[in-house]
Amino acid sequence: MFSRDKWDEILESLSANWFRTLMTSFGVLWGIFILVILLAAGKGLENGIKQGFGGMATNSMFMWTQNTSKSYKGMPKGRYYNFKTGDVQAIKDNVQGLRYVSPRNQLGGFGGSNNVIRGLKSGAFNVYGDYPEIIQQQPMDISSGRFLNYNDLKEKRKVAVIGESVKNTMYETNEEVLGSYIKINGVNFQVIGTYTKKSGGGGDPEEAQKEIFVPFTSFSQAFNMGDVVGWMAITADNNHSITSLKTSVFNVIKKRHDIHLEDDRAIGNFDLYQEFNKISGLFTALNIVAYFVGFLVLASGVIGISNIMLIVVKERTNEIGVRRALGATPGTIRGQILMESVVLTIISGMAGIILATLVLWGINTLLDSMNSSEMMFVNPSVSIGVIIIALLILVLSGLLAGLIPAQNAIRIKPVDALRTE
Amino acid sequence: MIEITDLHKSYKTGASSLHVLKGINFSVKEGELVSIMGSSGSGKSTLLNILGMLDEADSGSYTLDNFPIKNLNEKVAAKYRNKFLGFIFQSFNLINYKSALDNVALPLYYQGVARKERMEKSFSYLEKVGLADWAHHLPNELSGGQKQRVAIARALASEPKVLLADEPTGALDTKTSYEVMDLIQGINDEGKTILIVTHEDDIAHMTKRIVNLKDGLIIDDSIVKQVRAKAHV
Repeated sequence: MFSRDKWDEILESLSANWFRTLMTSFGVLWGIFILVILLAAGKGLENGIKQGFGGMATNSMFMWTQNTSKSYKGMPKGRYYNFKTGDVQAIKDNVQGLRYVSPRNQLGGFGGSNNVIRGLKSGAFNVYGDYPEIIQQQPMDISSGRFLNYNDLKEKRKVAVIGESVKNTMYETNEEVLGSYIKINGVNFQVIGTYTKKSGGGGDPEEAQKEIFVPFTSFSQAFNMGDVVGWMAITADNNHSITSLKTSVFNVIKKRHDIHLEDDRAIGNFDLYQEFNKISGLFTALNIVAYFVGFLVLASGVIGISNIMLIVVKERTNEIGVRRALGATPGTIRGQILMESVVLTIISGMAGIILATLVLWGINTLLDSMNSSEMMFVNPSVSIGVIIIALLILVLSGLLAGLIPAQNAIRIKPVDALRTE
Repeated sequence: MIEITDLHKSYKTGASSLHVLKGINFSVKEGELVSIMGSSGSGKSTLLNILGMLDEADSGSYTLDNFPIKNLNEKVAAKYRNKFLGFIFQSFNLINYKSALDNVALPLYYQGVARKERMEKSFSYLEKVGLADWAHHLPNELSGGQKQRVAIARALASEPKVLLADEPTGALDTKTSYEVMDLIQGINDEGKTILIVTHEDDIAHMTKRIVNLKDGLIIDDSIVKQVRAKAHV
């Protein structure tokens, strides 16, 4: 099917009028160019937004306690309760498909009073009592020292990992941070590490680095929390979505704390996965729009090719007559017209893809040089899969474009074709 | 070689029907050089088209080299044309973006002959018509006579049983016409059966037999003494 002779035939007839061939191919070139650029732009926007999540484990939810809204087992509504450390193990035991269940406690908060003192300096920071897994759920980069580990928790060590912003506030430049002590609510903690972090959930990275992490157990003991758990960060494994496991987690809590099973207000939660999916849905819609618009532009290019092939066939009526007189079967003629159309489409499509790639490369170079981590547009690109799909579309549309002209070419009887001068 | 009995053909032009061939009986033996003459509208080109399987007769029978030519579909007709017939046209009908050599090779391409063999064979036929030096020229770089010789080489390339020439000298001046006729006579001398449609008397007399057509009927069919074209070149 792809013998050299056939190629020669196709290339000869395409180059017989190369200017027209060029102009014709421009339609398809433009179509595929638009398609690739649109898809890449959608991807760039998606990358930008998803970067805003700062690499957080998106299959996660946070839950906290609220007042009950139903009376149950003789207890009035409006009762307040706390998660207990025992709840963590209970959730792990009773709900399958969870990867991390991290209990957390928190001191301070946005705009809170100064709670951290070091020498003459003081500042207000969020202080979290955490398990080591939290670094998987809310990724941060350890810029010096180390993060918390299980030995810290087991031995209830009073150690702390502080954010770069904390370091900037509490320390002079060039001062040794690791091994020094900071006083949190009057209790000394030794600094064992510092971290940097991108913003979580579109927040301010400066704010996100104003945090101090200490072991959960040390936190409970030092700040008189007993076995109270402030809130939990729960991440499901890759085979489950947290949204589907949410209810069973709540049911475990409700049973342990004597809450009415239909009391949905007793437990507050923020489902990151659901939020993330909403945004993903937006990008799916954007992709569909890109494909739709790209297809339409491509279609007009294909119609252009079809048109020109019709003219080519008309022009070459005599030649086709000669070929048939010399022994070309209708199949051969049809095949040649189809192949010409497909080759023309693919070559111009390839040119369009190459052009789009060059433009994307230019945009990426430009974006890189601007180097803003908070840009909403990052690394616009298309995957090789999309390119393969585009090529398949091209072959198909080339065939479609050649179908009518090829049929026209063999409909004329050879004797009539020969009479045309 | 060719056997035709009671051949009829009419064309429909709008409401009226034009009866072009009104019962032709005609046969050609191997090695003959026949000219078909007649004024325009006499049906000579139609007859040639039917002989060339480019057109189909309404009724009557046509046998070519003992093969009945009847109800052929396009695919088989194309195969038969390629195998049995070589065409020479008044307007040469070379493909203008192909070199002389590629034009000659075209019927062999459709026969599925391998590239190398095809080129060698084509070149030998170009040599035969005296155009070896012009093998890689495009048709528009050749003179009328040269174009017709390329066309003859192309017609010969598939080694057909019969050569069909439709006014082969119609677009050429007298001197070139005689040169082409000399070539055709030479090919005939080697034993090839050739049919020429012409309306020029001198060309007709360079064949061995003249068939005269008028209003769709053969009115005269006679053996003539062949005039050698060489004497006039």
